[in-house]
This record gives sequence, C-alpha cells and structure tokens, in this order.
Amino acid sequence: MAQTVKTAPPDDRAPEPETRSGSGPRRGPRLRIGAPYLLIAPTLVILAIVLLWPIVQMVWYSVHGFTTRHLLPNAPAPEFKGLEYYGRLLSDPEFWTILRNTVAVTVLMVGITMGLGTLVGLLLNKLPKWFSAVVAVGMMLAWATPAISASLIFRWLFMPDRGLVNVALDALPDWLVGSGWREYNWFLEPVSLFSVLILVIVWQSFPFIAVSVLAGLKSIPSELYEAARVDGAGPWRSFWSVTFPMLRPLFALLLVLQIIWDLRVFTQLYILANGFQNKSVYLLSYYIYQQGFSASPPNYGMGSAIAVVMTVMILIVTAYYLRIMIRQGETR
Amino acid sequence: MTATATRAPSAPRTRRAPRRRSPAARLRSAGLYLAGTAVLLFSVFPVYWMVATALRSQGEIFSRDQSVFPRTVTLEHFDRVVNGELLPGVSFWTFLVNSLTVTLGSVAVAALLSLLAAVAVARFRFRLRTAFIILLMVIQMVPMEAMIISIFINFRRIQDGTGVTMLGNLTGILIVYTAVALPITIMMLRGFVAAVPKELEEAAAIDGASNMVIFWRILMPLVAPGLVAASIFAFITAWNEFIVALTFLGRSTDDYTLPLTLSYYFGRTGTEWGAIMAASTLLTIPVMVFFLFVQRRMVSGLTMGAVKG
Repeated sequence: MAQTVKTAPPDDRAPEPETRSGSGPRRGPRLRIGAPYLLIAPTLVILAIVLLWPIVQMVWYSVHGFTTRHLLPNAPAPEFKGLEYYGRLLSDPEFWTILRNTVAVTVLMVGITMGLGTLVGLLLNKLPKWFSAVVAVGMMLAWATPAISASLIFRWLFMPDRGLVNVALDALPDWLVGSGWREYNWFLEPVSLFSVLILVIVWQSFPFIAVSVLAGLKSIPSELYEAARVDGAGPWRSFWSVTFPMLRPLFALLLVLQIIWDLRVFTQLYILANGFQNKSVYLLSYYIYQQGFSASPPNYGMGSAIAVVMTVMILIVTAYYLRIMIRQGETR
Repeated sequence: MTATATRAPSAPRTRRAPRRRSPAARLRSAGLYLAGTAVLLFSVFPVYWMVATALRSQGEIFSRDQSVFPRTVTLEHFDRVVNGELLPGVSFWTFLVNSLTVTLGSVAVAALLSLLAAVAVARFRFRLRTAFIILLMVIQMVPMEAMIISIFINFRRIQDGTGVTMLGNLTGILIVYTAVALPITIMMLRGFVAAVPKELEEAAAIDGASNMVIFWRILMPLVAPGLVAASIFAFITAWNEFIVALTFLGRSTDDYTLPLTLSYYFGRTGTEWGAIMAASTLLTIPVMVFFLFVQRRMVSGLTMGAVKG
C-alpha cells in the first residue's frame, strides 16, 4: 500500500476523487471511505465462504479421521489423527508412483504444449494474413471444445477394434508400426493411457499458447530483427537473442499458467480411465477424488492430506506467478 | 519445422528484386503452407470426427472399416438425443434447461458482483486494495480438485428447515460457479472501468448527476463490452464445468447438467458412439459460437498485460 503513493499512471487519476471531488453530491466523507468496502463486500463474502474457508478446512480435515459417519446429525467429533495420513502417504509406494506420474505427465504436457504452441505462433506470424486467419479459426475449434467432449472424442478415436487410430495403425505396414493394433486397448496401461491424455491436453491447450505468442511477436519492433540479420544471425540465433528475451515475461506467465492448469487435470482422465478400478493410472487430482468419493467408506482425511500436498505444489508455482504479476504492476 | 517457423529467412533479401523469388524462397514458402495445413488438420480433425460420427449411420459406426468421409449421412443420432430419453425417463431438454439455469444464473450474479468490485478496485484507493487483488489471483489458482472434498462437506451440512441439503439440486452448484467465476471476471473488468475517463464522471457530477445516474448513464455504456466479454468467459467456464456437478449431483438424474449427463450416458451405454458424439456436438456448439466473439479478449484477459500493445 506504500506503492499507492509512488505509482505513476493509474494513480494520478484515482486519488483525486477522494481529495477533491468529495463533491459527489450527496455523499459525506465517511461514506466515501466506506464505499470501496461496500462494493467488494458481496464478492468477499462469497469467496470467503465458498472457496477460502474450504482451504482452511482442507488442512483441518487432513489431520482428522473423517468420514460419512461424521456428516450425520449428532455425530461424534472426528478423531484427531495428527500427521498420521501424511506419514502413511510418505511411506506408501503407490502414492510416490502417483506423485511421480503426476509430475512426469505434467512436465510432458507443459513441455509439448509450450514447444508446439510457440512454433505455431512463430509460424502464424510468417504465414500470409488470410491463411494465418484460417489456421487460427481452426485452432479455435480445438480450444473451444469442452473438456468432456474432447475426452469422449479421443476415447472414440482410440477405441479398440473400431477407433480410427487403431484402424489406421492396423492398415499401416507391419514393418513400420508392428502388428496387432486393431485390438490394442490404449486405456489399460499407464504409458499408453497417459499418452492419449497428453495428446488431448496438448490438442486443447496449444492454441492458447500459439495465439498469445503471436500477439507477443506482433509487439516486437522489426528493427530488432533487421539488426540481428545485419549482424549475421540466422533464424535460430535471432529467436534466442531477440524473440525470447523480448517475450520472456510472456513465456514465464504462460509457463506458470500451463503448469497450474495441467497439474489439476481431472475430467479428461475421468473419461479416459472410465472408472477408479485401475490405480496405476491415477494422477493426484484423481487420487483425491477417489479417496473422497469412490472409496468405501470415503476417507475425507486422507483425501484432504493429498489435496494439501497438491495445493502446496500449486502455491509454490503461484508464488512465482504473483511475482510476475507484481513486477508487471498488475496488483497496483 | 524450426527453420521454417522462425522469423529471419523469408524476409526479402535487400539485394534482390523483391518480386522474383528464388527457388529456395519458394520452397520455404511451400514449407510454411504445408506446416500451416498440418496444424489446421491437427486442430480441426477431432472436431470433424465428432460431427462426422454423429452424422453417419449406426451400421457404418459399427462396421470394422471406418472411412474418413461418411458414406451415409443421417440425423438419426441427433433425433434420438433430442427427442428420445437421454437417461431413463429424462429428456435432453431437461438437461439443457438445467445447464442453462445454472450457467445463466451464475453469470448474472457474477457479472453484477464483479462489476461492483471492479469499480472499487479501479476507482478507489483503499487500504486492503492490494491484498484484495492478490487474494483474487491466488484463489483463481487453487484448484477445485483440491478443495472439492471440503466444499462438498460444507454444502452437505447446509440444510434448510426440512433437512434438504444444498447437494442434489441446482442452487448449490450455481453458488459454486458464481464464486469460481468472480476472480477472473473482476480482473477482466477492472481494465475496462479504469479506461473510462474520470473527467466524464466529474463533468456529469458538476452538472448535478447523482451517483446512480453516473453509474448507469456514463460508466455502464463504456464498460458494457467488457461486461459482455467477462460474462461469456464465465458462461463458458460454467457450461463446461464437470467435477463440481459430478460431486454435487449424485442421485437424481433430473438435476444433471449436460456435461454430467454426457459422462453418465457414456458410462451406461459405452458403445453408442453415434449418440454420444451427437450429444457432444450439441454441448460444443454454444461454446464455439461464444468463443468466436471473445477470442481476443480471452487471450488478453488471461495473460493480463504480459503482451503489450
């Protein structure tokens, strides 16, 4: 709040009304001070009750034995468990596998999405305007498809026996891709299921990266590229010494957003895995849901402990996001 | 692809006459078109496949050789989805009305509340302002997947006098969707509010306009485009939402939203790909239409300021 004094552009208009145009016809000074709080009050109340308080509860549940029994009226108070659930998680090889898979799958999703998105952004910038517009509209279709529809489409594309991908792979010569593709079930083993999952996510998310990078590229003055060319820089060199440094803040922001979005993937996995029987294809968010709503009886305590782990991971990334936003003056 | 995609090579060489292009330049340009076409196909094909499956006959879907272009075109799947019973005893229209109720309801509330909050953030300096903005940014990031257990328990506990909880009906998810939409709609709107020249409002105030008049006659018309963009954004988020609906609307299928219906239908039938794809298409169409409206705002709304100009 010390910033409010020194910040330049947005401020020089804002403080004025407080000092001078207390002229607002019917309002006394007291009301002026209260006004912003009145305006944000409904938002604050809703956010606090619906989203903020549950974060606190999540931590509380994670140290208590809590199940459906405790939801009944006159239920006994849930038993305090201390760090038991965390201890169980840390010593559980299955949890470590799920955590490792979550990190690996997220890294692949983010890496491929960022790489492909950036390349497509650069490509769109080079294409003639009309063709670039056509490709952009096409990408919009992928971006706009609801997660549930997208997951169903890919489930159908990779269906054993009749899915188009299986049929096509089967039609290709065996020396190239091997045989037996037609009956191949992609959704049983972690590696093949996660491959399809990564494909769905990349398909849905690369357009956002591409369009953002394209917008960024348009903001770079072309003189910089000319200067680079005069100095004998090839395309590779001019990307790393002009484009990348100029767009560094944008790339940082896109990277953070993408990590946060991909770490929480649930809907797509829910459709692709089609149930909770196969523990080897769980990711963290899936594990939380399974503990809370599919295990019998539901183990809210354990589910919350996993949720705390996931939230901490996300908050670490969010801290970096906040740093970027504060630097860009978005919080002023 | 790297070589074709980066900037320098196709810039015309200064020494040559720009009109006559060397074979190398032509090859590069062909490569660019090829890469562009590949991206286009990759983006469009799954959507095409959804629609194509929805339009072909049951016999063709079940045949072992799938052709890329449908040999038969039929509306039987759409007919079955729209006019039949999607889930036992409940028709598509019920689910559509449910989805629209929740979505439009939460959008209306979120639009109103976020407009108020955006005015506060853009027009006033107050002590908790920075804290409020940071709160919005953090809340936006904490995933629903992590909070879902606590939120579920809370809504389960809230009961009216007759013991009806907030689960299993549309009110509960409407409230959650509103809360989820608020942070991003406020962030999108504050820019629009800040862009309205202060002088306009002051001039109106000098002419004796009341605060309400200033709000409705001066601020609103100028902020309206932002309000539309933010509302569409909130609409798309709520329309597509899955995990909250899945958690809250367990028992009675009468209250299902469209995405939940689709997932449930898929789980029950498994092989009715014609109908599943037809229903997916119907779910997707409104989002596509809205998307084309707000596409540019979407980018700037999400990357907020990182792209200058």
